[in-house]
Amino acid sequence: MTGTVSTGPVSTLDVGRRRIVLGIRGLTVVIGLRSALVGVLVLLVTVFLALLALALGDFPLTLAEVVGVVTGQVDGLPRIVVLEWRLPRAMAAVLFGAALAVAGAIFQTVTRNPLASPDIIGLANGSFTGMLVALLVLGGSWPLLTAGSLIGGLAAAVLIYLLAYRGGLHGFRFIVVGIGISAMLASVNTWMLLRVELETALFASAWGAGTLNSVTAATAVPAGLSIVLLLALVPLVAPAVRQLDLGDDAASATGVAVGRARLAAIALAVCLVSVVTAVAGPIAFVALAAPQITRRLTATPGIPFVTTGIVGGALLLGSDLIAQHVIPLTVPVGVVTVVLGGSYLVWLLIHESRRRA
Amino acid sequence: MSSPTGPLDPPLQSPLQAAALGLRYDRRNVIDDLDIVVPPGSFTVIIGPNACGKSTLLRALAGLLPASSGTVLLDGRDIVSYSAKDTARRLGLLPQSAVSPEGITVAELVARGRYAHQRLLRQWSAADESAVTDALRVTNVADLATRPVDELSGGQRQRVWIAMVLAQQTPLILLDEPTTYLDIAHQIEVLNLLHDLNGRGRTIVAVLHDLNHAARYASNIIAMQDGRIVAQGPPGTTITAELVAEVFGLANVVISDPLTGTPLVVPADTRLPHPVVTGA
Repeated sequence: MTGTVSTGPVSTLDVGRRRIVLGIRGLTVVIGLRSALVGVLVLLVTVFLALLALALGDFPLTLAEVVGVVTGQVDGLPRIVVLEWRLPRAMAAVLFGAALAVAGAIFQTVTRNPLASPDIIGLANGSFTGMLVALLVLGGSWPLLTAGSLIGGLAAAVLIYLLAYRGGLHGFRFIVVGIGISAMLASVNTWMLLRVELETALFASAWGAGTLNSVTAATAVPAGLSIVLLLALVPLVAPAVRQLDLGDDAASATGVAVGRARLAAIALAVCLVSVVTAVAGPIAFVALAAPQITRRLTATPGIPFVTTGIVGGALLLGSDLIAQHVIPLTVPVGVVTVVLGGSYLVWLLIHESRRRA
Repeated sequence: MSSPTGPLDPPLQSPLQAAALGLRYDRRNVIDDLDIVVPPGSFTVIIGPNACGKSTLLRALAGLLPASSGTVLLDGRDIVSYSAKDTARRLGLLPQSAVSPEGITVAELVARGRYAHQRLLRQWSAADESAVTDALRVTNVADLATRPVDELSGGQRQRVWIAMVLAQQTPLILLDEPTTYLDIAHQIEVLNLLHDLNGRGRTIVAVLHDLNHAARYASNIIAMQDGRIVAQGPPGTTITAELVAEVFGLANVVISDPLTGTPLVVPADTRLPHPVVTGA
């Protein structure tokens, strides 16, 4: 059942899964039909959620008004509300969600472990440590805090990599070392929070939960552009990363430079997470849950990166809507993702233990 | 490149050799100053007791484990001078540790063997299609192409993995214990398949545990002990009672295989003498 969309018959091979082989002038791209359909459907959901996000708030607008603003027919206050107040946050939610989800997909694939996620292996706590150091030692302007959190996340990643490296990188060791580092950094963070004034601690704590409340165009645009650039690099590492599913030896024997591919993929994932964390704080569980939700929806042997990114965007945008409008008082979106992701994690653990039993 | 079914001309020079090879694993010298030449077009089988360095040697020959000293030469050139994809277009390896991703189908897994021939914007070509189709046919798994690999029997699964290596279309194929965990009928089936591939011009290097299988199928035996090669050559001259006693520490007699005339190792009966129970 191979669907072939091309100028000539590129493929008549039945691989037991519908796939689209797009071919033009010797260039071919293979797309799983079901992954593509799931991606399109979730994208439609995302558009609907985005319209809601642009309409809801202290200055409620109708969907018709929002559409009018987007198509350039409505002017005045609604235009300012939509484009300047709400659009940066909605865009940030979608792009940040996508970045976290793709980073999670990369970590889970290179370690072959569904529990591998930047929030579990300590990158988020590293970013928070960096941010707190910037806040306490250097006083807190936004660029400094952002730089501090970027450096903190990257430093944590390098530390984990070096401690876990033993003539090669083993997924399980990487995760266990990461969990250890994460716990140590968490205690350092608490200790630092206890030493600062109450106001500073409150501000830092809100950021530490992961929030889009403070996102403005000034922070969202550079972060969003960085994410788009980083995501554009993902297709360069994706085929090699996917091949790692076969085990290191088989991947290597089929032509993957395993060490280099894994390092490049991890570096990319760390950058994606760090950019998000620098602006919005450590938003938990999107990176953990989105890839696994996607894999169950698409029923593919590996985690499809593009679809995962789309699902992650919808997940974070939906969570932010809940955080802003469903819960009576505005909470950081990280609180919502923790609740959603936590429930998911419990389900996953039960499911896995049942399967193994 | 020829299809996996068409005959290949055996190369004249050795496609794979190692000179003064030293290998370290977990900070321990496993192999020291080892020389090995894989004859072109041969079915070479490496035998030896557990932990003698067979698998380590095979991984090094495939370029997976860097030499701590000496060199591995692939088609006459140091293997480290090739890119990973270049190596994979010349040499295929079926490792012991291969894992099939959850839910992957047979054809999808076999297609993974085409990685070295694909590029970012050339993810599927007519050459990929024919290589996968041929590999499925030669290994007799074409009927299973759309089935998930998880659902297959051990013997079927091993043939699928060999198909993946075949789809790589390399003149040289290395296999690490390809018959382990298979029942006797499936072991013979896999060995016959390798024999067939060898007859079509591929050079095969396999690590095998069963000496009698090695004796029957190999054209060239490499016997190892403690990281050294203790015998090399055709089975008829290498697999002797003395060698088996020395390498494996097993008292034995070697007789002629009644079907093929190759050596057949029969372990001596070394059980403790039991009281003989005879009829009253």
